[in-house]
Amino acid sequence: MALLEVDGLDAFYGRIRALEGVSLRVAQGEIVALIGANGAGKTTTLRAISGLMRAAKGHIVFDGHDIGRLGPAEIVRRGIGHSPEGRRVFARMTVRENLELGAFTRTSGAEFAEDFERVLAIFPRLRERLTQKSGTLSGGEQQMLAMARALMSRPRLLMLDEPSLGLSPILVQTIFRVIREINERGTTVLLIEQNARQALGIATRGYVLEVGKIAFEDTAANLMASEAVRAAYLGGGAA
Amino acid sequence: MTRRHAALGFLGLALVVYPFVDRNNSHVDFLANAGAFILLALGLNIVVGFAGLLDLGYAAFFAIGSYSYAMLASQQFGIHVPFWLMLLIAPVVAALFGLLLGAPTLRLRGDYLAIVTLGFGEIVPQTFLNLSQYTNGPNGISSLDQPSLFGHAFGFSATPYYYVLLGLIALGILAARNLQNSRLGRAWMAIREDELAARHMGINTTATKLAAFALGASFSGLAGVVYAAKLDLVSPDEFGFNVSVLVLSMLVLGGMGNIWGVIVGSFVLSFINSFLLPQSTSLAHAAGFVNVDFTNYRFMLYGVILVTMMLFRPEGLIPSRQRAAEFHEAILDPALAAQEQSEYEGVAR
Repeated sequence: MALLEVDGLDAFYGRIRALEGVSLRVAQGEIVALIGANGAGKTTTLRAISGLMRAAKGHIVFDGHDIGRLGPAEIVRRGIGHSPEGRRVFARMTVRENLELGAFTRTSGAEFAEDFERVLAIFPRLRERLTQKSGTLSGGEQQMLAMARALMSRPRLLMLDEPSLGLSPILVQTIFRVIREINERGTTVLLIEQNARQALGIATRGYVLEVGKIAFEDTAANLMASEAVRAAYLGGGAA
Repeated sequence: MTRRHAALGFLGLALVVYPFVDRNNSHVDFLANAGAFILLALGLNIVVGFAGLLDLGYAAFFAIGSYSYAMLASQQFGIHVPFWLMLLIAPVVAALFGLLLGAPTLRLRGDYLAIVTLGFGEIVPQTFLNLSQYTNGPNGISSLDQPSLFGHAFGFSATPYYYVLLGLIALGILAARNLQNSRLGRAWMAIREDELAARHMGINTTATKLAAFALGASFSGLAGVVYAAKLDLVSPDEFGFNVSVLVLSMLVLGGMGNIWGVIVGSFVLSFINSFLLPQSTSLAHAAGFVNVDFTNYRFMLYGVILVTMMLFRPEGLIPSRQRAAEFHEAILDPALAAQEQSEYEGVAR
């Protein structure tokens, strides 16, 4: 039984179909990469899973329970953390306040302190900036904060929407190293990326979305080796 | 005991003994009216200052509070609910109407929300005006029940109302402070900053916004009861758009989101409105300028104050920390800006 099973998801923006029969699964302990071009439906898929938008058809089963009709607050509570597209840190609040809001669904003070330390151990840069307004952080630091904030809900599944977007190559390396570290510490990860090579480099398995449908699914290694995927998403070997 | 506590204690004591020192009933009357507006401002501050939901029709809840007292404690229907009980009932009634307004606006933001609340602010007084078989239409409802305490009727002195309002404001400050520091308060702050991000955090934005509307409205329910009992009359023209704008101006002047700020803001505007302008008009009359009436310049003066504030101190006299940041965030570290720039260029390559 996979931790997350998505089956036959259809979703619309008004009359425009964004997803058509999307099915995927994420097993406990995996890093799964969902790659595809702009507008392929990657973000929509995550939004449907976290309850931010309702799918027209299909099932979403998390940890054996159908969560397709639950609201986002309940879904966070059940253990899916979602670091949004474009980071969306609370710019006028301090780093600490952002992390506190990340733990909004949690009520135990002791557990909060524990999570706080655990997250700062993963992101030591943030510890130096706890009292700083997060809007004054660099792009890379904001991305780290967005991930750290999502981890504060102590998710069993962490969903990351384009964590490398807008970052310098060196920072991209750092971010992917951290994602691997988070995973090694026991959190399952579902990752959306346009940076397909990097994403498949750390993933166990991957899915390729093309205009709302899953075009390929395989182990990360096989996807990397596939001619079709290389041509379309890995820069045809010219990267 | 910090200096801040000592100052607050001293202020409280001064306010309690004030009516014994100043025997001029018109001064106490002014303070009592100002007190009602402070309650209104504290309530609107929850909606606009804490949760960031722009409400241009807040006077509607003031009307609902006032009319609940007028209808449930007068000869109008022969119902005579005691004043003190009404202080419990009216906030609940106002809060229910807060939910009623909140529910259809949940998906609206910014300008659109403001327009709907503006409409609500117009509908409510119009309804009281047109339901004349229950409300006497434009004449309003008069001869409301006199509050009494231990058998002593309040009478026509403003002093008992002054003390009731002083107590309610103290409770209101406590309630607002506790709300601001609560889980709910943090949720309000989060949706004010970024609603979508707040939803990602697992904040139930529907419940959070409804709570802001309901709790904010409950304050004006209280203010309405005391104000109606004190005036001994309610009529639909007391609750127009200008009242909503006045209370909002109090927040802007004082500093949205800051409890002490909105209290200072509402006191200053009340002082100008009900004291400074009428007093200077009488002085001018006494000096022989019989044709001047400074009270006519009230709205011009508000306009000047608001424009001046927006130009020189948009965060208000006593700003909340967040608002101050909001208006001065252009001052970024240039080194950081350069770093940001190079990071974006890194992607373009």
